[in-house]
This record gives sequence, structure tokens and C-alpha cells, in this order.
Amino acid sequence: MKFALTWLKDHLETSATVAEICDGLNAIGLEVEGVEDPAEKLAGFRVAHVLTAARHPDADKLQVLTVDTGEGDPLQVVCGAPNARAGMKGVLGLPGAVVPANGMVLKKSAIRGVESNGMMCSVRELELGEDHDGIIELPADAPVGKSFADYHGSSPVIEVAVTPNRPDCMGVYGIARDLAAKGLGTLKPIAMPAFSAAGACPVEIRTDDPEGCPAFYGRVITGVTNGASPDWLQARLKSAGQRPISLLVDLTNYLMLGYGRPAHVYDLAKLQGAMAARRAVDGEQCEALNEKTYTLDASMTVIADEVQVHDIAGIMGGQHSGVSETTTDVLLEIAYFDPARIGATGRKLGLSSDARTRFERGVDPAFLDQGLDLLTGLIVELAGGSPSEVVRAGSPPSDTKVIPFDPGLTLRLGGVEVPEAEQQRILESLGFSVGEGWRVTCPLRRHDIEGPADLVEEVVRIHGLDTVASVALPRAEGVARPTATPQQKLERGLRRAAAASGLNEAITWSFLPEWAAQHFATGNEPPWVLANPISEDLKAMRPALLPGLLMAAKRNGDRGAASSRLFEIGRRYFRAADGLSDEKPTLGIVLAGEKTQRGWQAGKAQAFDAYDAKALALQLLDAAGAPVANLMVMGEAGPQFHPGQSGTLRLGPKTVLARFGMVHPATLKAFDVDGPIAAVELFLDAIPAKKGAAFARPGFTPPALQAVTRDFAFLVPEALAAGDLVRAVQGADKAAITAVRVFDVFQGQGVPEGHKSIAVEVTLQPGEASFKDADLKAIAEKIVAAAAKQGGELRG
Amino acid sequence: MTDITSQTQAALAAIGAATSLETLEEQRLDALGKKGWVSLALKTLGGMSPEERTAAAPAIQSARAAIADALDIRKAALEAAELEARLARETLDLTLPAAASPKGSVHPVSQVMDELAEIFADLGFAVATGPEIEDDWHNFTALNMDETHPARAMHDTFYFPDKTSDGKDILLRTHTSPVQIRSMLDQGAPIRIIAPGRVYRSDSDATHTPMFHQVEGLVIDRDIHLGHLKWTLETFFKAFFEREDIVLRLRPSYFPFTEPSVEVDVGYSTEGGRRVVGGHGDAPGHAWMEIGGSGMVNARVLEFAGVDPAEYQGFAFGLGIDRIAMLKYGMNDLRAFFDGDGRWLAHYGFSPFDQPTLSAGVGAKA
Repeated sequence: MKFALTWLKDHLETSATVAEICDGLNAIGLEVEGVEDPAEKLAGFRVAHVLTAARHPDADKLQVLTVDTGEGDPLQVVCGAPNARAGMKGVLGLPGAVVPANGMVLKKSAIRGVESNGMMCSVRELELGEDHDGIIELPADAPVGKSFADYHGSSPVIEVAVTPNRPDCMGVYGIARDLAAKGLGTLKPIAMPAFSAAGACPVEIRTDDPEGCPAFYGRVITGVTNGASPDWLQARLKSAGQRPISLLVDLTNYLMLGYGRPAHVYDLAKLQGAMAARRAVDGEQCEALNEKTYTLDASMTVIADEVQVHDIAGIMGGQHSGVSETTTDVLLEIAYFDPARIGATGRKLGLSSDARTRFERGVDPAFLDQGLDLLTGLIVELAGGSPSEVVRAGSPPSDTKVIPFDPGLTLRLGGVEVPEAEQQRILESLGFSVGEGWRVTCPLRRHDIEGPADLVEEVVRIHGLDTVASVALPRAEGVARPTATPQQKLERGLRRAAAASGLNEAITWSFLPEWAAQHFATGNEPPWVLANPISEDLKAMRPALLPGLLMAAKRNGDRGAASSRLFEIGRRYFRAADGLSDEKPTLGIVLAGEKTQRGWQAGKAQAFDAYDAKALALQLLDAAGAPVANLMVMGEAGPQFHPGQSGTLRLGPKTVLARFGMVHPATLKAFDVDGPIAAVELFLDAIPAKKGAAFARPGFTPPALQAVTRDFAFLVPEALAAGDLVRAVQGADKAAITAVRVFDVFQGQGVPEGHKSIAVEVTLQPGEASFKDADLKAIAEKIVAAAAKQGGELRG
Repeated sequence: MTDITSQTQAALAAIGAATSLETLEEQRLDALGKKGWVSLALKTLGGMSPEERTAAAPAIQSARAAIADALDIRKAALEAAELEARLARETLDLTLPAAASPKGSVHPVSQVMDELAEIFADLGFAVATGPEIEDDWHNFTALNMDETHPARAMHDTFYFPDKTSDGKDILLRTHTSPVQIRSMLDQGAPIRIIAPGRVYRSDSDATHTPMFHQVEGLVIDRDIHLGHLKWTLETFFKAFFEREDIVLRLRPSYFPFTEPSVEVDVGYSTEGGRRVVGGHGDAPGHAWMEIGGSGMVNARVLEFAGVDPAEYQGFAFGLGIDRIAMLKYGMNDLRAFFDGDGRWLAHYGFSPFDQPTLSAGVGAKA
């Protein structure tokens, strides 16, 4: 909401400076978003007197003027305006001044060989109007030398953000009332224009929808002359950011901006029969003043005559009955509409307007008659015409709210002690009345006041929030207790473990292009897709963390990065059985580009492989406290992974803790990113919580005897998984064998076709007594037998 | 006698002149080997009479000792020289680059979330979470924004076409405030929580992204008032920015879920083109900047959340995490937060060992 200081001063008797008023506005909750002082734009422009005017020696259309600026010798100025003449007074821009309309900096110059020391200005050049036929002509008594800004009376314009609970401050008068309560002046009574109304209103007015339109007041004015508004009115509207349209329209806007009261003016000649507020018929149409046609439905209130809809009630009037230059008779409408319905209609139609903004927040139900009279008086004064009596259909809400208030609540809730008398003064200055036993009656315009807490807010905001002193929160005795949940500790620990492993944490969008979400969807579950996405790229909620990381890796690659080692901890979005959101905490990793650069030691650059992914998965699962020794490597990482170079890590056959491996070439292609890329996802919700953990650890009992190692090499079928052989060997003697480690895998010379050689180092831990040769021989035989069951044959 | 003496002299000279361990070994064998002349001389002692032996032995013994000592000394010297030569051959060009291990980093948003958790834990706040795909009851209705409330429209909400089984709209939470409702419904009062997390608005320009991070704070107890709110935010900002000159300005505002509602400004100055938090906003060279919204929780919200407003009251606040991260650590472009640019992450990210602690200061200096 924007308004000129002079407008405010119509309603507020004050000697406060602009700065003081702005501080006051901020302090009471009317946040100042900007102050614009047109005087700044007019710096360097003065009232000047043209002493002589002669033809330019070398140009027919130019004149050479001598101009008195009020100080020093008269200046010579070249001017092209046809109305420039000796004796007139006008506005001179001195060298250094900036022309508001075009930003040109004036300077001393020669125009066709004649020196010119400034510029006589037109209305348009100073952005005071559209006129550009000639230079500004000031009255003969204009004081020569005075700054034109001061002479013109330009006023600073203040822009405030009015919060949605304060429609009463969506007019200058309401702002003045709040400032007066703050002590920044005295609120002036509204000056009601005098006019005489005669005769009953010739138009019948009804409200057939008392729910949507409880009150509809009207009046006819005949014999008006519509045209351009006077300058003062245009200036006011412009200061408020409104474009002047025509006198009648401007006056309704003036009422709205001045008092927060929207009204509508119909061209009576375009109406037929009675005007009624009613529900629209489904499919009924109305071409609004914005020249767009809206299709209405039965939930919407409209104002219509016997033929058609003339107003989408409370939002926008209809084009058909809008006033024009030729309008002579008008019907004024002042109504009260149900705020909720206005909001719903506006949202459905996607139609915003200043009227809607006010109606949907709630206009003053007690300001219908006064508003109508104000508008009538202004029209009669400026456009002429004869007003009829008012005709009223229905009545606005009139139930006053009475709140039993305990002034002690101001301290208990607001934290500031305000004397009762001051609390009463504040409330009364805002239009509340304080009755016996602090029963507070609210003005009808304050739709936002619901209970005692609202009254505390009124008192505290006017008294000053700066008077609220800080009070420490009560503190539990001793050192603060830990508050993090196991899940939070898990995520924090994993984040730092991943970063310590050389990964950079990224945060990527929760939403993806729909195709990307589909690409990573699991099973038949459709991803969550937004109804109103901001773009196609941010449309579907991610079912995996990898797509966002792949896209980031692609961007990095496109920027020339040699590698991306990215991780993210965030949620994947699924559907629970009840149809609601099921958000699963997940850690995703993408390893793209070069694992090691080419180097003088290692030679060629190396890419990441599936074992890098596996190593990270296990390392981080270990950091997360998962029992990594018990995990099984299984398949089914998902179709986004290379089928032969990916796997899952499971605790038992069903609980998948992680998937890892190389990204499928088709996925790389879909994401238009260069491979190979290794990836990991850890499913944090699947990691079992530690049970009954205590600070004290089990006692340290190193074995008394030293372990021995024995190496075995087996020829096994090519298809046998090394893990199966290891597990078999491990199970050969559970007491003695504490570790089995693969140290060589070989295919080639000496190994028959279809086979491979796997060499393992077996660690044997003696218990009470050292192994004897016979013991070792027996264990070795068991190992060989176990391997044989997997198709393994000991190599000689 | 002279024989032994001169032979000894000759042997010592040869030992001293030996230039390799091999020639030295030859000298040893020549003198002290089984058939060496000293060994042979020693053997002759066996055939002598005691008198002869007493006369001859000392010279032979001393020759043997002298030669053995000389061999040891020379051997040590030759070995040292050989080691030195070998080491010289093994010299590396240590200006060549060593293999570097990649350096990881923690995202500034995560870092700041950890800082928040640490500071607020000291004030007795737990960290709460809630779903990001919410229903409109938790996101709006229970926060005193019924369907027709104009503030709903101002939230630029992302909606899903789906509905809950009881017909509620499903949307992306527009703020972390629904976590207030869920936490109160779960735990009742009294309660002290912060709820950091992702929130969404369909808004995108230089300073807004459709996804960003917020932290909600909620304190409900019997005697909590605006003064406690002010203290809590002041105390937090002092700890967060690690400076004592934090000045907050409270301005009346409007949020449907609080009453009274308060906008929080913090004083700052501009140094080297960057905003530096601290000082009074009205002091010369200073100004105020909006940093969060807050207020006393609306009695209706308490009712919706199953807390008796006759018994309990309290405050709530919301801060932009990305924003306070930018203010503290100097980033100037919000959009870069979500780009995953490795260079940006390395530049603004944190070492995994910068885990915020109260004793070391929660912040990590560059």
C-alpha cells in the first residue's frame, strides 16, 4: 500500500517528520518497504521568469530566451516550445539537473551555435503528466528562484506492507488511526461532503444471496459528466501506484485507497430492471473490466440485472456496464460480501484485484453508509449530477465482539508491564471500548481480533515491542542433557564418515524431471508428481538419491571437472499403505570421472570400479554400526545398475542395507552423462539400531598363543562366487579358522578353460595348546573337503 | 721374532689398504684363516715346551689380537662407506608429487544444522522432524489457516493431485511449522524443540529457490512470554555468530499461528560489500535486516495440537537456515547451494572434523 504524505496529513494532524512517521509505522507493525521523495528527482529545477524571447538566428522553430533564475545575471536558454514567450513563468532545469523522464543530465551547451544554460521543461519531462505540447506555464505569482519541488508541493510517498489481518489499514485513514494511537499526531474526523439527495432510488436493489452478500446499498446519480480527473486526484492516485482512468472510476479508487472501502459505479443506461446480488448459474459468463471473460459457477456471488451479470461480486465489475466518457447516469454500489466466498471465487477464477484483496480480508461492516455518502459527495462535487436517496438491501454483520480481558495478561503473555490506564488509552484510540470490569468491545472492522491474546498484541505493538525485556528461559539443573535421537546420531556420524572418506556432500533438489523419477522408480510404485510444478525439471519427488547426484556429476563434468565424488543424505519419497508419504532416510554416493589421475608413478588415469563402491558401502555401514561381517552380497541392485557389476548388501536374505555397483550404460545415456560411474545407496532406515549398548566394553582377552597362517589355492568353476568358497572354507573348522582372505585370483596359463584359481590365506588360531602337525593336517583336509563341495580342487 | 713383527706390520698395512670387503676377507684368511700364518704360528705353540711357549706365545697372541682388531675396524669402515654409497644411489627426487588422497567436505547447510542442534541442545531443545509431503491439515488448518484464509494463497504451495483417505489435500510443506503440531500431538506439553528441514515454495528468482531450509523453534510451558522469545533468539544468535554485540529488533507482524506475532530484525553493518551481523541497526553505518518470524503460539493452534491453552502457552519461531549460513559463512548465491558443484563444495564445505562443539565454539573458521 502506497500513499503520499500529504494524503496521510489529510487525516492526521502531525508535526512528525517523514523519518519519525516511518519509524512509527515500523514499530506498530506497518512495515515500511520504501520511501520515495519526488523532491529528490526535481532537484535542480527552479521557478524561472522569461525576460526576453527572440528567434534563433539559425533555426526557425527555436527561440533564444533570457531567463531570470532569481539569483545572479539572467541566463541565456535555447527553447523549442511554441508557448515560450517573454513575461511567462516556467520551470528551468539548471546544468547538473537530471531530467526525470529520460535520465538526461543537463549541461551547458551550444544549440545551433547559440549557448544554452539549461532547459525549460514540459509536464512530461518532469513526469508530472502526459502533456508535451509546450513548456509548463506557472501562474504570474509563482516566486522566481524557488525550488520547483517546494513550489509544486511534491510529497514523499511511503510504501507499507499491510499484513493480511489488517484490512482496516488498507486505506490511508486506517493508517492515520494507528499512527495517532502511537502518539504521532491526532486523528482528524472524516470531513463529510455536503450534498442533497432527492427522490427514491429508481433502481430496485435486492440481495438474493444474503449469505454471499449480506448487504447491498445503492444510489443513482443522474446528470454526471465523466472525463479526466483533476490534477490533484490524478497525482494522489499516481502516488498510490494507480493509473488514472476516468473521474468516476478514479473516485471509487480514491475511496478505496483513502478508506479501504471498495465501491462500484455502473452506467445506468446499460442496466435493465432490478439489480440483485445472487449466485451465478453454472456456466454463466461475464466479461470483466480487464477484458477477459470468466465462466462462473453456482458457488460465486454476482451482481446482475434481469439480463446479465454486471459484477463478479467484490472482485471485478463487468465491461458491459462500465462507465465511459458518455456516461451520464450512474448507479453506485456499496456492498458487504462474505470474505471467504470472495477468496474462494478469486482463487477459482485466478482473478486478483484491489477490491478482492480488501473484501476477502474483510472490509468495515460499519462503513457502508458513510462510504456511500463520501463517494456521492465527491461525484457531485467533481462530476455534477443529482443523487437519489439511498436504497438498502440486507444489512451488514453487526454483532459486536465483547472480550473479557485481564490487563495482567499483557505482562504474562507479552512480557511487558503496561499500566492499566495506558492499556485502556491504547485500546480506545484504536476504536475499542473498554467497559465495566475490562469487558472490551471490538470495532466491527477488526475482524482479526478473536480473543485476549489479540488485545495483548494491540497493547504491546502500540506501547512498543522494544520495551519487551529479554528474560532467560528456565534452565534444567546441571549440564544440558543429550537430545539427539539414534537416527540423528546415525546421520551425523555417517555424514562425517563419508566426508572423511573423501566425498563431498551435496544437497540436490527433492524433485526431479518426471522421466528421471520414473527411471529410478521401484517396482510398480508411481512417484509423487506435483500438480503445479514450477518447471518440468522439478516435478516428481525422487524415489532415489542417485538421479540428483548423477545430474550434479554431469554438470561437474560439463564444467571440466576430472572427477566427482559426491554424496547426499536425504529422503526418498514413497507411498505408505494409507496413501500418505513414506519418506526414507538414505545416503547416496556417485563416483564419476577419474579415481586417480594419470601420474608419474601409476601411469594412466584410473576410473572408479564396482569394488570402490563396495568398499565405501561397507566402510560406511561399519561406521553406522551395521554388523558388516554378517552381511551377504547378493544381486538385484536394480535395473539402473550394470547387471554383472552391482549388488546388494543384506542382513539376512530380505533386509537390504545397501546397493552398490556400476551404473547401467542405459541409465548413463538417459542422464546424458559420461561413464563409467560407480554408485552406492545406503538405506538408513534398514540399518538395525544398536541394542542395549553400554559405555563399558567387554574385557580385552587377546589369545595366549600366536595364530598361524596357511595358504591354499583351489581350482574352481569359473562361475563360483569367491564369497561362496570363502564361506565354505570358513565353515570347515569354526573353532580354529578365524579368518579367510582371498589373495589371488587367476585365470590363464595352467588353469583349465572354464575354471579359475582362487588362493586364500587361512588364519588358524590355536586355543589352549599349540597346533601339532597332525592337527594342522586334519584342518587342511577339512578345508580341502569343504572346498571340494563347492567344486574346488586343491592345486598341486 | 722379527718375522712375526714384520709379518704383522705387513698384514696391518694390507688391512688398512683394503678397499673392499672381499680383499679384507682375503687378508683375514691369509692371517687368521685355518691356514693363515697366525693360525699356523699358534698351532706351533702346541709342540713347544712350556718355557718356549711362554717365550713365544705373547708375540703370536698380540699379533693375532692386533690383526683381529684391525680387521674389525676396517670392516666397519668399509661397511659404512658401502652403506653411504648405497644410500646415495637410492636418493629420490622428493620434489616429485606424492599421491594425494581426496579431501571430502560437509555441506554448509548440514554444518549449520549441526551448529543449531548443538546450541539449542544446551538450551534444552531436542531436534524434531516430520514429513515433507504433508497434508493441508498439518500445514495450514491446524496452524489456524483454514481453507479460505488469504495467507494460504500467499504460501505459493506445491500441491499433489493426491488426497488423503479422508479427503485432505496433499502438498509439500511450505514451512517447518507442521512439525510443531506433530510434536505437540505426540508429546504434549511442556515441550522444547527445534525442527530443521527442507521446505518448499513455488517461487524461484535470484534470492528464492523452490526448495530451501528452515528451522522451527517451539517452547510451550506454563509461564513463557515474549521476553523469553527475545532472550532465546538473542542467546542463539550470540552463540551462532560468536559475538556479544548482537542486537535484535522485534516488530509487530502477522502470522496466523501466533498471537502476538513478531518479526525479528538483526542489526548489521556492511564491510567489504558483505553484511556483517552485529551492532545496533540504528547506529551509524548499520541497518536492520529481517531474519525470522516468531510470536506467541496462537491458542487455537494449541487446541488443534491437543494442548490446553488455559494451562500452557509459549512461543514459536522460524529462521531460514540457508540465509543464516550465508550470513555467517559469506556465500552470496542461494542457488549454488543445490547445484553440487564440486568446486563450490570444496570452497564452502567443511572438514568432517569441524564437528561443532560448545567447548571449541560451534563455528568453523576458514
